[in-house]
Amino acid sequence: MSLLEVRGVTQRFGELAAVKDVSLSVEPGELHAIIGPNGAGKTTFFNMISGFHQPTAGHIVFDGVDVTAVAANQRVAMGMARTFQITEVFPELTVRQNLGIAVEVAEGQRLKFFATRAQRAATQARVDELLELGALGAHAERHVGELAHGDQRTTEIMMALATRPRLLLLDEPAAGMGTKETFDTAVLIRRLHRKHKLTIVLVEHDMRVIFNLADRITVLSEGEVLDRGTPDEIAASEKVKVAYLGEKREGS
Amino acid sequence: MNTRNLVLGALLWLLLLTVPLWVVAAGGYTDLASRVLVIGLAALATNLLVGHSGVMAFGHAAYFGISAYATGLVMKHLVPSTPVGLLAGIVVGTAGGAVIGYLLARLRGIYFALATIAFGQVFFFIAFRWNAVTGGDNGLTFQRLPIDFGLGQLNLTSSTVYYYFVLAVFALCAALMAVLLRSPFGHTLLAMRENERRARFLGIPVNRHLWIAYTVSCLFVSVAGALYGLLNNFVNPHDLHWTQSGDFVLMAVIGGMRSFWGPLLGAAIFVVAQDSLSSITDNWMFYIGLIFVLVVLFLPRGIAGLLQRRTA
Repeated sequence: MSLLEVRGVTQRFGELAAVKDVSLSVEPGELHAIIGPNGAGKTTFFNMISGFHQPTAGHIVFDGVDVTAVAANQRVAMGMARTFQITEVFPELTVRQNLGIAVEVAEGQRLKFFATRAQRAATQARVDELLELGALGAHAERHVGELAHGDQRTTEIMMALATRPRLLLLDEPAAGMGTKETFDTAVLIRRLHRKHKLTIVLVEHDMRVIFNLADRITVLSEGEVLDRGTPDEIAASEKVKVAYLGEKREGS
Repeated sequence: MNTRNLVLGALLWLLLLTVPLWVVAAGGYTDLASRVLVIGLAALATNLLVGHSGVMAFGHAAYFGISAYATGLVMKHLVPSTPVGLLAGIVVGTAGGAVIGYLLARLRGIYFALATIAFGQVFFFIAFRWNAVTGGDNGLTFQRLPIDFGLGQLNLTSSTVYYYFVLAVFALCAALMAVLLRSPFGHTLLAMRENERRARFLGIPVNRHLWIAYTVSCLFVSVAGALYGLLNNFVNPHDLHWTQSGDFVLMAVIGGMRSFWGPLLGAAIFVVAQDSLSSITDNWMFYIGLIFVLVVLFLPRGIAGLLQRRTA
């Protein structure tokens, strides 16, 4: 059974249909990339999956449960975590505090007015695990707002992982990054996918990231599915070439 | 840095515990010290929202005043007992905060801020107009009474005894607030202050947490309000006025919103300045305003931030 099944969702903002009748199914363990030219509706589509926007029509089924009307914070509890195109962290708290809060919420302690010594120790142990996974150990005691863009992004991904997601949604993880940072981010995503067997859906503009990572790619254009297939199939697709022509330089 | 904080903390408590010994020599009086603690408690409680949760609570005098009125009315008309009056004030003030907080929790930013003021003024006008119950502009006079333990008596009518009573309650409340801020729940408040969107996408139902935080903050403000009524043996509508709410925020800002003890420092400066300057000039608020402007311009982390910077 698919982990995520999106059935014909549409998002209308007034007269404009940003996303028109798009379907998508993601298998457990799959890394599915969504690409498309600017204004194709990628982020809007993504926001509907994560619960940021309600679709105008259609259904979103996560692990067999229809979550179309489920609030964003409850989707997190069900195992859906996301990052944002513009990094969303707690800038004036340290990396350790950022991850600590994520872990506490994930462990169901958010309403606790007191944490026992054992609970604190367990939280810190999990934080240390995440610091290691993201290679953030050296920055643990620094405010996230002071870190380089790439490290802030990694912190955000680690916060999403702290919620122990079964589906990780990454919105343009390499946005605004230089070549080195883009490469590092791609390596991290690959590791999460291959080694930790995470199911990932990511929206990306940067083709270099996509073609080496994705199992399957969905190409959106003007709010509709233009093509879908393996990276090789997409690379060879005439329809995709036409849609991207003239826009190719801008994105990368 | 930790030893420094420990030393500062020990000094603070030593200072507070010995107040009746030196306060007169310093040119003050015991009731003034009690007032600093009570108002300081209200400022600390307000700062749970303003400084630690990033929530613009500009109507907290309402719960402060409601609690003082409830304490006074219960002691005057129902049960002439200080503990019962205190408890009544806390319960009624907190209940008010819970109801208003529920209505406010979906608002944000300027809308939230204005709504807190508006709700606060509703209670002010009730206190001001409802002559039959509140005494209107003349206020409500009552008398705090000794607490009888059977074995012995705590003679609260004495200023010194009442000071230590206030100090004990203050210490308990401050400890509870400190624990709260270090708890997982307290961490979610910091998270909401820093980035509400991220908080929501970590799985925090932000409106509900805001409501709980508002209610808890009102609980401690109510404790302060009841103590304030008992301190003065009097409450009047001005204790609910929005300018009083503004004063609590002002104290937090002057003292330092991001530090736990900052608001107490701000309250001490405010209350002492009010007491000493108001006997010299009617325009004492001008000088408080001057301090406020200087702090906002040059000390964004308040006066407590100055102490912290030296330690860093």
